[in-house]
Amino acid sequence: MPHTDRASLWSAAGAAGRLSERALLGAEASVTLNELVRGSSLGGRLEELRGRSVLVATRDQLTAALALIELDAVASRLVLCPPDLPVTHLPWVMATAGVDALVSDRAAPGPGTPGVRTFVTCTPRIAPVGPERNGERPTEWILLTSGTTGQPKMVVHTLSSLAGAISGGGTPANAAVWSTFYDIRRYGGLQIFLRALLGGGSMVLSSAEESTADFLIRAGARGVTHISGTPSHWRRALMSPFAHRIAPRYVRLSGEIADQAILDHLRAFFPKAGVAHAFASTEAGVAFDVGDGFAGFPAGLIGQQNADVEMKVEDGSLRIRSARTATRYLGDEDGPLVDRDGFVDTGDMVERRADRYHFVGRRGGIINVGGSKVHPEEVEAVINGHPHVRMSLVRTRKNPITGALVVADVVLTEELEAANGRVAELEHEIMQRCRETLSRHKVPAAIRFVSALAVTPSGKLVRHDA
Amino acid sequence: MATTTSVRSAVTSGFEQVAREQKKTLAPLSDGLVLLDSGLDSLCLAIIVARLEDSLGVDPFSAGSDVAFPVTLGDFIKLYEDAAH
Repeated sequence: MPHTDRASLWSAAGAAGRLSERALLGAEASVTLNELVRGSSLGGRLEELRGRSVLVATRDQLTAALALIELDAVASRLVLCPPDLPVTHLPWVMATAGVDALVSDRAAPGPGTPGVRTFVTCTPRIAPVGPERNGERPTEWILLTSGTTGQPKMVVHTLSSLAGAISGGGTPANAAVWSTFYDIRRYGGLQIFLRALLGGGSMVLSSAEESTADFLIRAGARGVTHISGTPSHWRRALMSPFAHRIAPRYVRLSGEIADQAILDHLRAFFPKAGVAHAFASTEAGVAFDVGDGFAGFPAGLIGQQNADVEMKVEDGSLRIRSARTATRYLGDEDGPLVDRDGFVDTGDMVERRADRYHFVGRRGGIINVGGSKVHPEEVEAVINGHPHVRMSLVRTRKNPITGALVVADVVLTEELEAANGRVAELEHEIMQRCRETLSRHKVPAAIRFVSALAVTPSGKLVRHDA
Repeated sequence: MATTTSVRSAVTSGFEQVAREQKKTLAPLSDGLVLLDSGLDSLCLAIIVARLEDSLGVDPFSAGSDVAFPVTLGDFIKLYEDAAH
């Protein structure tokens, strides 16, 4: 059953026992949980952060993990800064979350964090501290997720909403070593981190600076038993000659649509492992795990009464209500996170085929390229900035490596015939423009010149969801 | 139907073109080259697969789940040769 009475992350991790045998294993350093009983990664400065709104902006995942363990129930707010947050968004993030303290593993505050009152360095070299740590303040956990305008949304959780899907209480006999291809500052990665801590396991943390091969070798050497990633992470892992270095008991997929092919590939490659795909989002929390080896989910999950997680389908999209959903957005631009009845609209469109529901894509055509979201409008705006473009439609194209790619249909201002001689040149110019202003995964993989695009009676481009 | 030579050259020129576009340093291409060591990431490989589907008319990855993911460039070329014939 889900625990709702966890006083703090540290006390819950401790309650799972065997602290001297459990560790957080980073690419460069490792820390056993036992070291944290009378030690700190924060150089004895924990008290300075009590009651503060703390931005955790570290380079390394291990230092982030240590800071989260120490600061839950001490800080009033923990803002988890994902590694790829553009510096230009930092001032807004800090102002909106009322950040008045910064924890980092860098020597000094980075750019974009002016005027922060307190700067505390976090390191994997654990220093002894005096009294045992205590904290009873419920801390707000703020996760960042990409918003429609490129500005991130700040999603408010608590330890109990984040841990709602975790049953906890592992037994020493099957002590789990968890790992994930995700960064733990993303919802999907944080779930695995919490599973390791609350369930009595250890955790191998990934590193952005490490190759897939090196990560698999390290995870294998540490005896990883439970490992998660997006379907794209897994496709990449299966293309590595070192995939056989890991021998997990449990393989988990989330964050993208898990198609039948990747489920079958994983089952064939790891015949002794249970393969499960989960549906979760930063806003809606963990909704369900499917372990039967088939894509989609059983139709019976929809409409169950009095379940921990209630789900319904409305206007084609999956709606979720549970104690695991986030509380609200921080900042007023984003509106309410749940509807009148407390359901989160996931924006994920589903379709019933026989006795299962299948995910078919995102509402509004948000494209998921290997776990990174792309808003078509953002790419269209760049393409439409070219003087010879009248209009464009950015859409998804299915891909067996990243799940989807971005492609664009472009209508030129001149008649296509007249521009014919220049088509290759124009394509090059448009691509160049996209590469200069957009992240790599947002740049169209292909441009197709068309004579017209369909427009609805209300004057909007016709977008197909899937 | 594409010939064996044309499949091979379509694949290798695809690798070279995407590496140029994505400003990646491509390792010397040989059949034994491990794809993840080629200097190209998942996004690059995804673009190559999409373009090969357009030029060769096949997507061997989606053909069936009994096909193992390719590890080397040689595996990758063979996947396309088998699918194109």
